[in-house]
Amino acid sequence: MKEKVVAINRNMNGWFVPAILLPLWIIIYWNLKPLANFVIDDLFGLASGNHLTETVRFFIFEVPKVMLLLVLIIFGVGILRTYFTPEKTRTILEGKSLFTGNILASLLGIITPFCSCSAIPLFLGFVEAGVPLGVTFSFLIAAPMINEVALVLLIGLFGWKVAVIYVGTGLIIAILAGWILGKLGLEKFVADWVYNVKVGQSPELEVKTTFYDRINSGYDAVKDIVGKIWIYIIIGIAVGAGAHGYVPQDLMSNLLGKGNWYGVPLAILIGVPMYSNAAGIIPIVSVLIEKGVSLGTALAFMMSVIALSLPEIIILKKVLKWQLIATFVGIVTVGILIVGFVFNTIM
Amino acid sequence: MEIKILGTDCSRCKALERVTNDTVKVMGLDASVSKVEDIMEIMKYGVMTTPALVVNGRVVLKGKVPSVNKLKDLLIKNQ
Repeated sequence: MKEKVVAINRNMNGWFVPAILLPLWIIIYWNLKPLANFVIDDLFGLASGNHLTETVRFFIFEVPKVMLLLVLIIFGVGILRTYFTPEKTRTILEGKSLFTGNILASLLGIITPFCSCSAIPLFLGFVEAGVPLGVTFSFLIAAPMINEVALVLLIGLFGWKVAVIYVGTGLIIAILAGWILGKLGLEKFVADWVYNVKVGQSPELEVKTTFYDRINSGYDAVKDIVGKIWIYIIIGIAVGAGAHGYVPQDLMSNLLGKGNWYGVPLAILIGVPMYSNAAGIIPIVSVLIEKGVSLGTALAFMMSVIALSLPEIIILKKVLKWQLIATFVGIVTVGILIVGFVFNTIM
Repeated sequence: MEIKILGTDCSRCKALERVTNDTVKVMGLDASVSKVEDIMEIMKYGVMTTPALVVNGRVVLKGKVPSVNKLKDLLIKNQ
């Protein structure tokens, strides 16, 4: 169904399709609750009030809700991102002082298109252009950790509060970790060959990006991302709906529950070697929370999986000496630890 | 025509290689397609996002995997 809509969109030009779809989106979104109730009570004729019915009701309401949010936000971000290329971000960051640079880099990390497979060329491109090392790190921490998919899923599954907490603390970690790394003056622990790289300037095709191109980038982003992650979302919501009320408090909550001081470090220890993107990890996080793992511990787990991972460390090993990698991992880990403890204490 | 795909071992890089080979075949172009995996070589083109596509020494695409049809247009423009 979604794919079909996208396919139709792609064949049409310019403005008017979004202009028609947006009101439609709003009408559907605001009427999801009655629609879900209609399907459950009238169409299926399920007896309301019993556990199974309410589970199905939750699922039938949540899946389209999260999907709608996802499509709209990814479409918007897809358009927005055409204005923020890595080249522009680099130009903005060149010659910025440390702290301002860290803040800018973390914010730009959210919005600049980034794929961890491009981490090395991006790192080299930044360092060669004179972007300070600490500022580059702020970017490299924020870019994978905070993105539109994580945001939508957190809003959809856990609400606004959790999403804002995640983005806010993620930003603080990226800014401070980058700033500290910059202050430590670790330039000598960058692999020697990095400074010998000649970043070339090859003639590029001058293409004027039209607004139509930008809209198309929005469609492409929706097709690309939603096509990849829809299954995780359905699983995540199904688990959330299914586990609700059924799953007894067990080993998990004893180990990773609020009362245990070692819950957060244990979660990080498990999380760092794991590798997943936001879409893959959030269903697991929803299971953890259902099973009684506290919010701070779950957030810490999610951050450690997304922001720190063995594959990423192996990639970075090509450009950084182990001393710098260890410092980087250490500082980010401490940041995540603090976030976990603080939220376990105040929530 | 000389076509180079800049990119390491990532899945999108392989996807671009596949699309490029398909497009060249469909168009019946007389082109040599090769992949540049060495990061030092890649950086000489000044790209920061991979995969990238270089046609006759000019970067025409960065960080994207186009459809065969889109790539066709690109290649025609850069012939």
